[in-house]
Amino acid sequence: MEMPALHYLDNNATTMPAPEVVEAMMPFFTDRWGNASSMYEFGGRVHRDMEAARAKVGSLLGAGDPSEVVFTSCGSESDNHAIFGTVQALGPETTVITSKVEHPAVLQPCRALEERGHRVVFVGVHRDGTLDMDAYRGALSIPGPKLVTLMWANNETGVLFPIRECAELAKAAGAVFHTDATQAVGKVAEIDASAVPFDMLSFSGHKIHAPKGIGALYIRRGTPVRPFLLGGHQERSRRAGTENVPYIVGLGKACELAAAELRDGTLGRVAALRDRLQEGLLAIPETVVNGNRELRLPNTLNVSFPYIEGEAMLFHLGDAGICASSGSACTSGSLEPSHVLRAMDAPFTALHGSLRFSLSRYTTDADVDAVLEAMPGIVKTLRELSPFGRGEEPDDPGAAR
Amino acid sequence: MWDYSEKVLDHFHHPRNVGTIENPDGVGQVGALACGDALKLAFKLDEKKERIADVKFQTFGCASAIASSSALTEMIKGMTLDEASKVTNADIAKYLDGLPEQKMHCSVMGMEALEAAIANYRTGDTTVRELKDDPLVCTCFNVHESEIVEAVRINHLTTVEQVTNYTKAGGACGKCRGAIQAILDRELGKASAAPAPAPAAPAPFAELSPAKKVMAVEKVLEAEVRPALRLDGGDIELVDVQGARIQVRFLGHCAGCMAANLTKNGLVEKKLREALGDDALEVEAI
Repeated sequence: MEMPALHYLDNNATTMPAPEVVEAMMPFFTDRWGNASSMYEFGGRVHRDMEAARAKVGSLLGAGDPSEVVFTSCGSESDNHAIFGTVQALGPETTVITSKVEHPAVLQPCRALEERGHRVVFVGVHRDGTLDMDAYRGALSIPGPKLVTLMWANNETGVLFPIRECAELAKAAGAVFHTDATQAVGKVAEIDASAVPFDMLSFSGHKIHAPKGIGALYIRRGTPVRPFLLGGHQERSRRAGTENVPYIVGLGKACELAAAELRDGTLGRVAALRDRLQEGLLAIPETVVNGNRELRLPNTLNVSFPYIEGEAMLFHLGDAGICASSGSACTSGSLEPSHVLRAMDAPFTALHGSLRFSLSRYTTDADVDAVLEAMPGIVKTLRELSPFGRGEEPDDPGAAR
Repeated sequence: MWDYSEKVLDHFHHPRNVGTIENPDGVGQVGALACGDALKLAFKLDEKKERIADVKFQTFGCASAIASSSALTEMIKGMTLDEASKVTNADIAKYLDGLPEQKMHCSVMGMEALEAAIANYRTGDTTVRELKDDPLVCTCFNVHESEIVEAVRINHLTTVEQVTNYTKAGGACGKCRGAIQAILDRELGKASAAPAPAPAAPAPFAELSPAKKVMAVEKVLEAEVRPALRLDGGDIELVDVQGARIQVRFLGHCAGCMAANLTKNGLVEKKLREALGDDALEVEAI
């Protein structure tokens, strides 16, 4: 079978490494492979390259000092470090406040802490995926030491939480505030440690066109957080392990490109493509957009096509060369559909038929055209197969099986 | 990405016998929108009312659910109802050159829809399977005990995880996993009792392999210890087994509970010694 052209619309899953990033990394595999912690110049040079990368990351995040940036292996490690490290520092009485729609890299550490006896509050969201601020304020009134961990942007729907307000409220309540900004870095101009009082921020390289295997945790000076990985003095004893210099340099370059992108209008172009995709898909009967359309990342579109199932749609899209993802049970690796859509109280008709399209700077009109050309036929085919959605539902749809 | 056979992909891309039948002889439907998959199966018999002359389906679900439904219709066309009623989910999976383990529930859905359709023809009653006197085990996916027993017997299932893969039971909140284990224990006890009427006395705990020790301890904890701890919002996990020394960790309300040591000696150690028949056995809470 002839392979169709690739239309990659799954950038919230991972992104293509930017050619500039790969180019910046290459010398560190071939010539400049010294250990950044060594005493001689062959290592010292590498150390300076690493610190230059740290400055670029710090600059993108608005860090007061580059040393507030700790390099990690991925966003999940950053999240685990922030959560377990802070609770360890604050002690056994610590209450953890998070939301129901976090990424598993935050949810599962929080559940683990709950099992160890910590009080954990999972704040809910409204039907449009925005945070229930009343419940959040209520949680902050719990006495004693507190850690708040809230995502800046949701990976499935792109919905943004008001992190500035959340962080300010948390600081006023004496809580430590962490944000998982994995989907937001490079896409949200408001991320600025000098203006938003978050104590820690996690993100990952491979969502911003660096390769997989590199992440960072911003730790504001003075934040009570213990190291997660012990065994060396690297990263000012905050993260043991020989520094992964090629990838650190790649992350620096990716942050430099992302910073330029926040200023040069790229995100506006991406948002326009996303909006065209959204309008085109809404022309298919009964299509619904999941999540608030205004308070949303510029690159993300989550839609549901009622009465049909996500995995089946993805297979048909794959035949047209289109890469996207779904929150259906069959694609989630479990038997339950997306915890994010369920927290939003999405109707069952939409729950299993959701698709996520996520764009990047490399997305073209041709990619959007490919989806708009393929999708109506796919929906029609699968709806013809489906027993639902004809106005005459089968008897007792909740029946035993 | 799922590793589907060529046959599954063929039936997904080119499903056979899609649609409905006017004045069908039997109709069966299982699943629901809420569950993420559903199948409506209808058949018409020949003039002598002997063989299945035509069969159609409508499926809401993933690629393997669509392929399983399509395969089923091809398999039963031309069969007598007696023949069709003997078709199992294992036959459907075999016809498709296999399904991923986690997708076996798609083939079970086919078998259940067929059972419902045949029952509908024979009794003229509801098109939905009658499971009124049958205890509901999994409330998330609406799975009854008889369905689990059937899947266990046909497919020789031995673990809760397998039961979840085949019936979806236990795949959401997980509260029924203990009940599923109890069904499995009963079924497996039955199955092994049949060929070997006089089962050998269990080997002494000390002589078991490390893996068997862990399994044996875990079984006792699940059946006899956890239910009691859970009444108080607590739980226990097995950490390690070294020789006759069993390390456990108390969780939930039991973690840090003043009476945990009492519980350890009076409940955990006692139950393990009784059930495993080894008085030398020691329990250490860490």
